Order: sequence, then structure tokens, then C-alpha cells
Amino acid sequence: MKHSRKEVTIVVDGKKMVCPEGESLLKVAQANGVFIPALCYFDHVDPPLGTCRVCTVKVKGKYTAGCQVKAQEGLEVEVMSPELLDHRKAVVEMLFTEGNHICPLCEKSGKCVLQALGYEMGMDTPRFTFTFPGREIDYKPKHIIMEHHRCIQCKRCVEEVFTDDGKPVFYFQQRGKETVVAVDYEQEARLTYEQAHRAMEICPVGTILLKEDTIDTPGYRKYDKMPISAVSPAVEATLAAPRTESAPEVKKKTVATVSLAGCFGCHMSMLDMDLNLLDLIQLVTFNRSPFTDIKQFTTRCDIGLIEGGCCSDENVEVLRKFRENCEILVSVGACAINGNLPALRNWMPLEQTMEEAYLQSATSDETAVIPHHEDLPKILDKVYPCHEVVKIDYFIPGCPPGADHIYKVVQNLLFGTKFNVPYEEFKYD
Amino acid sequence: MQKERMYLLDHLWDCQNARGYLSDEDVVQVSSAFGLSPVDVEGVISFYHFFQRKPAGKYTIYLNNSILSRFHGFEEVKAAFERETGALTGSTDQTGTFGLFETSCIGLSDREPAALINFQPFTNLTPEKVHYIIQELKSGTAPAALADAIEEQVQYKPEGDKAILFREFEPGIVLNRLRDFSPDQVIAQIKESGLSGRGGAFFPTGLKWELCRKAKGRKKYIVCNADEGEPGTFKDRALLNLMPQLLLEGMIVAGYAVGAQEGIIYLRAEYTWLLPKLNEELKIYRKKGFLRHRIPELNNYKFDIRVQLGAGAYICGEETSLLESLEGKRGEPRLKTFFPTEKGFLGKPTVVNNVETLCAAARILELGVERFEKLGTPSSTGTKLLSIAGDCKRPGLYEIEWGMRVGELLEMCGAENPGFIQMSGPSGELISAEEKDRVISCDDIRCGGSVMIFHAGRDLFTILYNFSAFFTHESCGLCTPCRAGNPQLLHLLEKVIRGQATAGDVSKMQQWSAIVKHNSRCGLGQTAPNTLEQAIHKFPQLFQDRLVQEDRFNQEFDLEKALRNYNQLTHEA
Ligand SMILES: Cc1cc2nc3c(=O)[nH]c(=O)nc-3n(C[C@H](O)[C@H](O)[C@H](O)COP(=O)(O)O)c2cc1C
Ligand code: SF4
Ligand code: SF4
Ligand code: SF4
Ligand code: FES
Repeated sequence: MKHSRKEVTIVVDGKKMVCPEGESLLKVAQANGVFIPALCYFDHVDPPLGTCRVCTVKVKGKYTAGCQVKAQEGLEVEVMSPELLDHRKAVVEMLFTEGNHICPLCEKSGKCVLQALGYEMGMDTPRFTFTFPGREIDYKPKHIIMEHHRCIQCKRCVEEVFTDDGKPVFYFQQRGKETVVAVDYEQEARLTYEQAHRAMEICPVGTILLKEDTIDTPGYRKYDKMPISAVSPAVEATLAAPRTESAPEVKKKTVATVSLAGCFGCHMSMLDMDLNLLDLIQLVTFNRSPFTDIKQFTTRCDIGLIEGGCCSDENVEVLRKFRENCEILVSVGACAINGNLPALRNWMPLEQTMEEAYLQSATSDETAVIPHHEDLPKILDKVYPCHEVVKIDYFIPGCPPGADHIYKVVQNLLFGTKFNVPYEEFKYD
Repeated sequence: MQKERMYLLDHLWDCQNARGYLSDEDVVQVSSAFGLSPVDVEGVISFYHFFQRKPAGKYTIYLNNSILSRFHGFEEVKAAFERETGALTGSTDQTGTFGLFETSCIGLSDREPAALINFQPFTNLTPEKVHYIIQELKSGTAPAALADAIEEQVQYKPEGDKAILFREFEPGIVLNRLRDFSPDQVIAQIKESGLSGRGGAFFPTGLKWELCRKAKGRKKYIVCNADEGEPGTFKDRALLNLMPQLLLEGMIVAGYAVGAQEGIIYLRAEYTWLLPKLNEELKIYRKKGFLRHRIPELNNYKFDIRVQLGAGAYICGEETSLLESLEGKRGEPRLKTFFPTEKGFLGKPTVVNNVETLCAAARILELGVERFEKLGTPSSTGTKLLSIAGDCKRPGLYEIEWGMRVGELLEMCGAENPGFIQMSGPSGELISAEEKDRVISCDDIRCGGSVMIFHAGRDLFTILYNFSAFFTHESCGLCTPCRAGNPQLLHLLEKVIRGQATAGDVSKMQQWSAIVKHNSRCGLGQTAPNTLEQAIHKFPQLFQDRLVQEDRFNQEFDLEKALRNYNQLTHEA
């Protein structure tokens, strides 16, 4: 029996919206140009999963998960207040720091909902401490690989993936921050290719990967050019709000740069500024920097650009020197911000890493030792994001960040000009 | 025949009791008996911390690590256990005789440090006592023969004949009174009495019963919440221990009122030692014809009660987690789309009530609405059971009239130079000794039962850390803010304790507390940062004293420590 539902009017941030009674708030808002983020929500699952909590809104002054709210006559919802925007962003940030998200080497990058929400919300400054949990990758299933480092425990796969005869394939095990998705290998092997493919698709992040196939057509990156909120164009992207600094001064400024545990890619990106570099040269002098080959600070600098995190005592020492000698320090690129690729060793004991590298490598023989000498840098127990060692004033995400992006930030910081990072330039990979 | 999933926990307990742990074969056998995937069963097992997947010793020792235990000798007792048994905490000794583990509050706060050995209670532990216990166990004495008898210390009840709960109980008397009333009349009386839930949420009990009575469906359930997991509380234990009959009659009353056929007592595994007593009473009640038989005087009403043992998870005190657990699943809280009175156990209308609520309801029928309603304040009628423990001369049970001032309470229990008082447990409210005029009632301090008293010399940060670690450990992990946010708060607290935090870190703690509270899915996450927030608000100076100046270097980063691994490695090499 199907009968058309009653029309009701709800009010979202003071704006009236007409919709069928009982319709999901997420859908109504979306259709009316208000974007409420969601990670675990499924249109057809009722009651909703309600696990990710990136959708918090306020109804009658009470915080509640937006995905749980159904349209009723007179419903009033608050969505876009600064407080709620910040709370939702915080929950997204928690997910990034709780797992190991190294976007530049992730198959899902560009199509990942978590990443897209990071862009949407302008997540550039790390708020929480990266935990680098020791998780493992499960290669045992027949069709899929479980890249647990990226799992956000949204429970979609648990509730949504079944064999033809209705047997579940995924289950939660453990509890609290130990919670992990376990695969029933027997049932997983009975999935068809299409079913396994769908499992990969419904995973909002890059945890469930197909062995037989890559994620999608190479180069197809859904959220690269268009924000996840783009379906609701009326929404102003909250991303990278313009920053204003104090009044511009037209004195020539001094800049220092360094590459710590990075690949020099960020420096290459700086060189990539093309003609802008010429402009910049008019405005700044470079002091200690690989560009100038000046190895020690000869003067106090206005701004220090740091590429790479800290993996050795030498990195720490250099970073501290930078902090002492620069007014403003900027973490440039993913490695400086969250350790990134070098931090791939963070979830193993140092011993294992060193043995793997020096004692068990293809070229090592029985005389091999772990190198150590007073002239050699000593290796830290893990790779530290720069802001965990010294205070960092600004962050430029990207691996590497685009030349234009770096140029704009530097220009802004030095001369207080306003800028907006266009969506396409704000990336984690 | 395939077993019903709701008996999964029982079955796992049977296997574990037989072997001391759950072996791979057990998992395979249980899975096929229930027609479940072994991966599913592992998911259930790993949710509950009393289920062991590795040998856990012929004698499995669970030492309580709650704050009261910590302040009364936990470290020495733990060291004594390690020394005497040869087991390191978290494992067994080499012979596999003893397994030593820590656990959250076990409901023996008035006699800490306390431990469970094969689920028998051992209280007021000292290194000497530990030595004696382990010697005896080694020489073959059974834990049950060595365990301490838990005698309840009722320290206070309203004078005269005003006590509601702590008074003589004559089994059967409530059922006699029940004959005079129709189910609707019972509900009307409970409503009139103003009784509200004693498990901490204070939902009006009469209304809850009415909703369930009116809910569609022939099959209905009464569930007694005897999970009592909030650290510091032991008032439900006392009721179960002293007058289990009162609870059974309360459940029959509730069942009769809503038209339920079955009652289930969800008993926390920490109270396994109370199980024989409960089962004995159930037997007697069945024999007397009060349970499992038609009662002609009650319109042939028939009701039965069984006990379901939990398996170690604080979250299972939350009513919807409890229902999931009863169904043999992981105790993950449901979304509040339906009240349990509409869709509860197995999707059927269900009343979930706390032990004390059901006992009070029975008393209301026995003593009459008026006796109950006259007590307390207009907004909070009747009496409330408090379990008081910590730095006071007279720990134990207090049946107070609602409306008592905090000052009176402190005096009564002989609080010694109180500095901090934790009302309603870690999820409740931290108050200072100055707040003597605060009132225990639904208008001010809605106390669920736990009262922990800390003298002024106690370190606030040890308390905060213990609470935060508790919530981090007990988070079910289903939602992001609680699962990922509580460890972040814990980390900042560590920073404060190590003297590396700045004023900025404290304001972060405030902001993050709000984020965890406002975005979490269930009551656990929504209340977990309460005490921390209040501590920052009420004792700013204590924080101030621990902070370092904000500077351009992160004090937390310790180069020497970060190099320790490498130095060790290369020295060995
Ligand atoms: C995290 C959490 C733990 C809880 N633990 C208990 C408990 O141990 N015992 C209890 O009776 N209620 C507990 N509750 C409250 C129950 O959800 C529920 O409100 C109560 O059992 C209802 O019974 P009442 O109305 O008789 O109080 C807890 C709630 C939360 C959110
Ligand atoms: S793209 Fe991959 S690494 Fe990046 S957020 Fe998504 S799942 Fe994590
Ligand atoms: S594997 Fe993917 S779908 Fe499953 S819980 Fe993790 S993030 Fe969600
Ligand atoms: S708040 Fe979330 S993670 Fe915490 S116990 Fe409740 S549902 Fe589980
Ligand atoms: S979308 Fe609402 S909780 Fe995940």
C-alpha cells in the first residue's frame, strides 16, 4: 500500500523548506542547498547507523545526529552555526588522527568521503594528537584487502554486505578504540565480483580494496575539482576562510627554508612557482635554505618554511634552530604536518624497521650492522610531526602543496594580503 | 536443534567455567551450536572483558583499579599479587595456576582494595592478606571457602518508621496486596507516588509502565537492570544481598501491571557471587506458586523470572546496550528511535528498571502511596539509597529522604576533611566541600547512588586520570567522539600530570570536552567529560599550579626519550 505523504514545512537556519513528512533531514537540507556532512548514512537504512557523528545539528537547542532527524511540521533545525561547524569538523579531524591516513599513497584518494569532508571543512591545522595506532593489513580474504589503518568503524560494511543467501561477511570485534572489522573469510569467498565491488564502494574510505581491480578508472577523482557539497551549490564552502594579517609593510622580508624528513618535493613545488618566484625574489631575501646553500642562520628571519617531519635528532636540532630564528614557522606539506610517508614506520617498533632496512635487506650479509657513529644522526623512535616538537604557526597541507598555494600563503603571511585557496589547490595528496 | 542466540552468553560462560577460558574448539563448537559464524562469536567474546580467549589461570584474579581502590592501597596489593602468584598483571604465571588482571569497579567500594578470585569477593586487601590467600589457594583451599562474606553496613535510614527500603520484609506480602488491584490501578498508584527511575535517568516509572502496557503486542518483558557499573555504587548489591525477595515481588508487580509474561534480571558478572542466592529465591518463589504458575487470585496471571549474567562491560548498564546483550550480541547502544517500552527485548515491548526502582515500587504497593509520597520533596518523592565510600568513618548504605543537604550527609558519614565529593560516580558531578548547602534532589543534585568522598589531601589529577581512563576503557567504540575523543582527553590529562601542559591545553580540554559530550551517541560519551569540565571550572588554581608557560617549544617532546630505542639498539649491535 503506497499513499503519498503529507507535505510539511520545516525550518533550517531560519529558512523554510517544504518536504514530505518523515523525510530525512539530510536529504531535505541537501535538496535545499544546505550541506550536512555524513559518513555512515545510508538512504535506505532505517533506523540509520548513527555511528560517525559528523552530522551533528541542533533541534530545539539539543544536539542530535542530523541523520536521525525526520521532517515534521514545525521542525526547527540549526545547522550552520559556527559552533556546529566546528564540532562537525572536530569529529572529522578525530577520524584522521585516530587511524593512519597517508592520503598520498591511498587508493581512495580523490574519491574518499573522509578526505572530501576534510577539504569541505578546510581542515588544515592539526588539532588532535596523531595516535599512529599499530594496525595491520589483512590480505587473507579472497576478493579484498582490508587496509585497517584507514577504517573509521562506520559499520556500513557490517550492516550492508551479505552473500546471496543473506550471510553477513563483516563483523565488529573488540571494543572501544580497539574496535576492528573482521572478515568472515568463508562467506567473503562466496561473494560475487559485483558484491565485492559494492563492498569497496560503500566503504567511505580506503579500507576495503579489491584485489582483482583497482578502485576505479585511473585518474577519476570525484572530489578533486568539486567539493562534496557541490550538489548543493547554495552552500558556501567553509573551506579556507580568508585570513587577514596586520597592515602590510613594504620592507624586504627574510625567508628560510629547510627539508627535514621529506623528499624535497615541497621544495621542488616552491621552485615551481615559475614567474611568481621572480616576484617573490623582489620582495624577499632567502637566508638559510637549500636555495641559497646558506647552512647557518646569518640573520633573524621573518618566516621559516619547514618541509618534512622529524625522524632524527638532527631534524629536531634544526627545527629548534628554525624556531629560535624565525618569527613565523610554517609546516609545508603533509610530512611536516602528520609525518606522512616517512611515518609509515610509526606503527612498528624501531627495531623492526632498522632490521628490515639494514640487516635483512637484499644486499645485507652477515657483517651488516645498524649504522651508528657519532657523526651520524640518531634515529627517533618514530617520526614526529613538526608541531609536536616546536610551536608551528601555520600549516599548508598537500603532498606536495601546489606552488600557487604556497605562494599565496607566503605572500599573505608576509604582507597581510587576503587570499582564498581555490578548492582545486587544497589537497592532502 | 539450533540454540537461540539469546542464550549465547550463558553458553559461553558454561564453556569458560569448564576450562577457565574459551579455546578455539569452544568457539567452533559454540558457533555451530548456535548456527553463527565464528567471526560473529569472536565479536561477542571480545566485547566483554571477562571472556578470556587464552588460558587465564586455574585461579583468575580480577583486581579492582577504581579510584577508591587506588587511594587505599591498590599498588601495594597489586605488587603483592604479582609477587605471591608469580603472574604479571594481564597474564598468568608460568604454571598457569594464577591469572592476574585489572578490572573496573566491582561494586565493593566500601571495602577497597577488593578483588574477585574466580568471581568470589575478597575485600579490604593488604599485602599480608594477599600472601595468606595465595598460600591457601596453593595448598588447595577453594576460593569460595576463603572469600569474604559481604555483610551490608546499613548506616542510616530515616528515623521512626519512615524507611521505605531498609525495613523488615515479609516475603509474599506485596503479592497479597496485589490482589486488591487491577493492573491499571497498580500503574495509577505508581504514577501517583511520583516514583522515578533510580538507575540514574529518573524517568517516571508509572509512565514507563503505562507506555509498555499500552504498547501493541502480546509478548512483553520486564527487565531488571542489575548491572550497577557506575564506579562507587553498591546500593543495588545491598538490595540483592539483603532482600532479593523484594526485588522479585517488584518484578512480579511490574509484570502484572504491564501484562508481561517474563522477567529477566541482568546481573553484572562482578556479582556472580550473588547468583546462588538469587537462584535459590527463584526456586522458592516457584515452589510457592508465585512464579511459573497461574496465580488464581491475580486473574490467573502467570510470570517467570530468569537471571542473565553479564560478562564485563560498563556500557551494558545503558538500557539499550543491555537489551542487545540480553539478545546475545555485543552491547552496543541502540539509536533512540524507539523507547524499549515500544521495541525492547527481541523487539517486544519491554520495561527496563533499576533494582532499586523495582524494590521501591513493591514497597509502594505494600506500604501505600501516601507513606512514600509524603517523604522527600515535592519534585522528588520517597527515599533514595546512597552508597557512600572513600575517606569517611562510616562507609556503607544510606537510605536518605530526598532533600537532604550535602553538609548533613558529610557529617553523617563522618567525612574526614573532605576536599572533593563525587556525586553519582565519574559520569556525575564533582563538588567541593564548600558546596555544603547543595541539596540532593531532582532539582539540584540528582544522585544516582554513588557518593565518593576524597579528603583534601587527595590529588585531583589522580582522580581525573582514573575517570578518564575508565571511560576510554569502557567506550563501546561505536561512535567517533567517544571512541576517539576520550583518548585525546586522556592524553591532555597526562600532559598536565607530567607538568608539560600550558594554559592553551586546558582550554583545549574544555573545548574537546564539549565536543565529546555534544556529539556522542549515548549517555556514556555524553557524560564522560563531566568531571573534567567541572574540575576545570571549580578548581582553576589546581590546574594553574601544574601548568608551564606557553613558549615556542613543545614541552612534551622529550628528545632523550625519543632516542632511547635507537641508543639501546645500537649499543646492543
Ligand atoms: C553508560 C550508562 C550506564 C548505565 N548504567 C546503569 C546501571 O548500571 N544500572 C542502572 O540501573 N541503570 C544504568 N543506566 C541507566 C539505564 O540506561 C536506564 O536509564 C535505567 O536502567 C532505567 O531504569 P530506571 O528508570 O528504573 O532507572 C546507565 C546509563 C548509561 C548511559
Ligand atoms: S584518501 Fe585514504 S588515507 Fe586519505 S583520508 Fe581517505 S582513506 Fe584516509
Ligand atoms: S571497513 Fe569501511 S565500511 Fe567497514 S567500518 Fe571500516 S570504514 Fe566503514
Ligand atoms: S558514546 Fe558512542 S562509543 Fe561511547 S559508549 Fe556510547 S555509543 Fe559507544
Ligand atoms: S551520518 Fe549521522 S551519524 Fe553518521
